[in-house]
Amino acid sequence: MKMAYYPGCSLQGTALDYDISVRKVCGALDIELVEIDDWNCCGASSAHMTNREIGMRLPMRNLLLNQEPGLDILVPCAACFQRLKAADLALREAPEFWDVPHYQPEFQIVHISSFLASAEIISRIGENILRGLDDLALACYYGCLSLRHPKITGAANFEMPDTLETIVANLGGRPVQWSHRTECCSGSLTMARPDIARKLVADIHTAAKKAGAAAFVTDCPMCQANVESRQLDTVGEESLPVFFATELIAAALSGEYSPKQRKVHLVAPDALTKVFSGETAREERS
Amino acid sequence: MSTDCIAPGSGSNKFLDKLDSLGIDVHACYQCGRCSSGCPVAEFFDLGVMEVVRLASYGLEDKLLHSKTIWLCAACETCASRCPNDIEIAALMDVLRELALRKNIRPAEERVPVFHQSFLDSIRHWGRAYEIGMIGAYKMRSKDFLGDMKLGMNMFLKGKLSLMPHSIKGKSEIGTIFSGKGKEYER
Repeated sequence: MKMAYYPGCSLQGTALDYDISVRKVCGALDIELVEIDDWNCCGASSAHMTNREIGMRLPMRNLLLNQEPGLDILVPCAACFQRLKAADLALREAPEFWDVPHYQPEFQIVHISSFLASAEIISRIGENILRGLDDLALACYYGCLSLRHPKITGAANFEMPDTLETIVANLGGRPVQWSHRTECCSGSLTMARPDIARKLVADIHTAAKKAGAAAFVTDCPMCQANVESRQLDTVGEESLPVFFATELIAAALSGEYSPKQRKVHLVAPDALTKVFSGETAREERS
Repeated sequence: MSTDCIAPGSGSNKFLDKLDSLGIDVHACYQCGRCSSGCPVAEFFDLGVMEVVRLASYGLEDKLLHSKTIWLCAACETCASRCPNDIEIAALMDVLRELALRKNIRPAEERVPVFHQSFLDSIRHWGRAYEIGMIGAYKMRSKDFLGDMKLGMNMFLKGKLSLMPHSIKGKSEIGTIFSGKGKEYER
């Protein structure tokens, strides 16, 4: 299987490890990723929130770059996914409005969790697991942009998504039932109004903790950074680490949670380190 | 009657035409309140989400453009996803922010648009977001020098902030996108 790959800016910066885990997982599952040549930033929230023209034309350039290879585009970042989908819909509806003579590509824009949770890929993952997650209790946290607005994302269950739960359960983890799976963490406001982000993240933390989760799992790089950092500001030592779904898969497929990966978290990822050091299994036996 | 009472009649038709052209049907609102009740940031707003929709349907753009709400909306799309009448409320917020900037209205939440501008400047310059450059520009403009110092240091030490920008080859194309040509509002 061969796919085009749009990593997006976060995966070259704050979420560099997300990029590494996506490539590792795809490599292990025999999925060849071809990075879109010379891709540019999708504009994220800042562009579409303040300038519709720029907010559309930035992601459009990436789609036009992919017209020639025509491969389905795999997108790990929720914000990039939403912006590329919005641009794709606008182009399909009225290419001439955007000064594009013809736009009817066959490629799809694919969000990582829907892809990994699909029947074919999840069974490939299942066949290749070296070490399961020992029933680790995880709060699956989706946030906003891979789901909403469903007219743009095409998400079937935008209020009750289950792709992350499917992935966690297939890795031998235990997804907890909780209330804040699709609540916003206000990532787009976190620099300008950290007080708002602290309030929202503290609520998300409390809900996950109450449900018995030992950690979060997400597929959004902004949520990952914001939820880890704003927990540290508010609940300090009680903070739960936020894993990327692909980080968990990469560990399960390789049978080890790499020491390098453990160091990139702002919140100590002890919950997962314990699983892979065999401590949780020993605790059960004793 | 107070001068700031909310009533139809005095609003801007040009504004309503703009919303109409973008398929944002604010008149479809029957005040069920789902938008306001689901909004995660509502407690920080000066106008509730449903109030924004109502003011918009009366064409009272001035009150909207001076509100904090338009800047504190996080664009999470919960309101629009749940609207039973399919009103594109999040898109309405986008229109309001853009209008406020175009009209040079002093934003009621100054740091928020400063952040967006700093982010966009880094894209205009490099083609991709350059986090350290963006943070530096934001700090200079917002004069928020001390906020999140520890977090920034921590992220840097964890290798999460790249010192060098990632520049793309097609920067001239990005320049054209930012040049203001083909502006939607002038079509």
